[in-house]
Amino acid sequence: MSDHAQGAHSLHHLHQFESAEQQYESATLGMWAFIVQEILFFGGLFCAYTVYRNTYIEAFTAGSHHLDIFWGTLNTVVLIASSLTMAMAVRSAQTNSGPGRIIGWLIATIILGCTFLGVKAIEYTGKWHHHLIPNSTFQWNDPAFPTVTLGPAKIFYSFYFVMTGMHALHMIIGVGIMLWMIAKVRRNEISAQYFTPIEISGLYWHFVDIVWIFLFPLLYLIGRHH
Amino acid sequence: MSEHHVVPLKIYFLIFFALMIGTVLTVGAAFVDMGFMNTPVALIIALVKASLVIMFFMHVKYSHKLVGLFAVSGFFWLCIMLALTMQDYYTRGWGEAPPVEFLKEGAFF
Repeated sequence: MSDHAQGAHSLHHLHQFESAEQQYESATLGMWAFIVQEILFFGGLFCAYTVYRNTYIEAFTAGSHHLDIFWGTLNTVVLIASSLTMAMAVRSAQTNSGPGRIIGWLIATIILGCTFLGVKAIEYTGKWHHHLIPNSTFQWNDPAFPTVTLGPAKIFYSFYFVMTGMHALHMIIGVGIMLWMIAKVRRNEISAQYFTPIEISGLYWHFVDIVWIFLFPLLYLIGRHH
Repeated sequence: MSEHHVVPLKIYFLIFFALMIGTVLTVGAAFVDMGFMNTPVALIIALVKASLVIMFFMHVKYSHKLVGLFAVSGFFWLCIMLALTMQDYYTRGWGEAPPVEFLKEGAFF
């Protein structure tokens, strides 16, 4: 394609780039550099989780028995479905399917993202009612795990709330980014020639999905067979 | 501008179903007592699911090799962080868990 494409699209090939293709690759690589630092940010949490889980294995087992696998599984399905709708939004942009189609998939992604957050709110409320918020109101008494004391149980719930809370914060930001993308599509800034913003927003959304793919088994599942 | 690879719809739906099967497997495996293998099995399923998302939904399979290198480097540095932290924590010879006095009721918050 010519360096000086017709109309609005030429605006998106900034002067510091050789070509639109180079600009696209630079943006993708930049997003991946950000995702690599996100991997290490969440990696620090996973690292601390590993150390404390191995130290207080019983408390972490007991704690995971108080998380609801039904809600956890539902949220996993919802989030994977949202990754599919996100991929479809990018594909609609790539194939010039029209702004309606792109916005439709983006709205589907937002609805699924909000469903995830709603389920999380239900779970957090339940923890509040069971006095499992790790503050001065925290209460721990589980006859099934008589050896588990309050301190280590509190550590488990601190990890649960920090890890799922940071993940939920990323989801909220992701929903904001999707709204921004809808605005961009409505302004006709997205086309098959220039869909970089949707593509790299998708990278972010899929990354947040991947974090949950690890959080779900580590928090809800691996202690359950005891 | 060279053509961006448009992933066939069939691939996206196949990956979605593979991820669903992975979810069912990981939930099912959680209720089977495999001794010390429960955690590795859960992590392997999660790694396979994450790889599918990275390769297909995040288009790394169809992108420039440099993108793949960035993705791998993220997990490589994560491995360094985990390995060096663990070799510290599990070679200190504490004998027992570190003290938790500071976490007793009402000690903070």
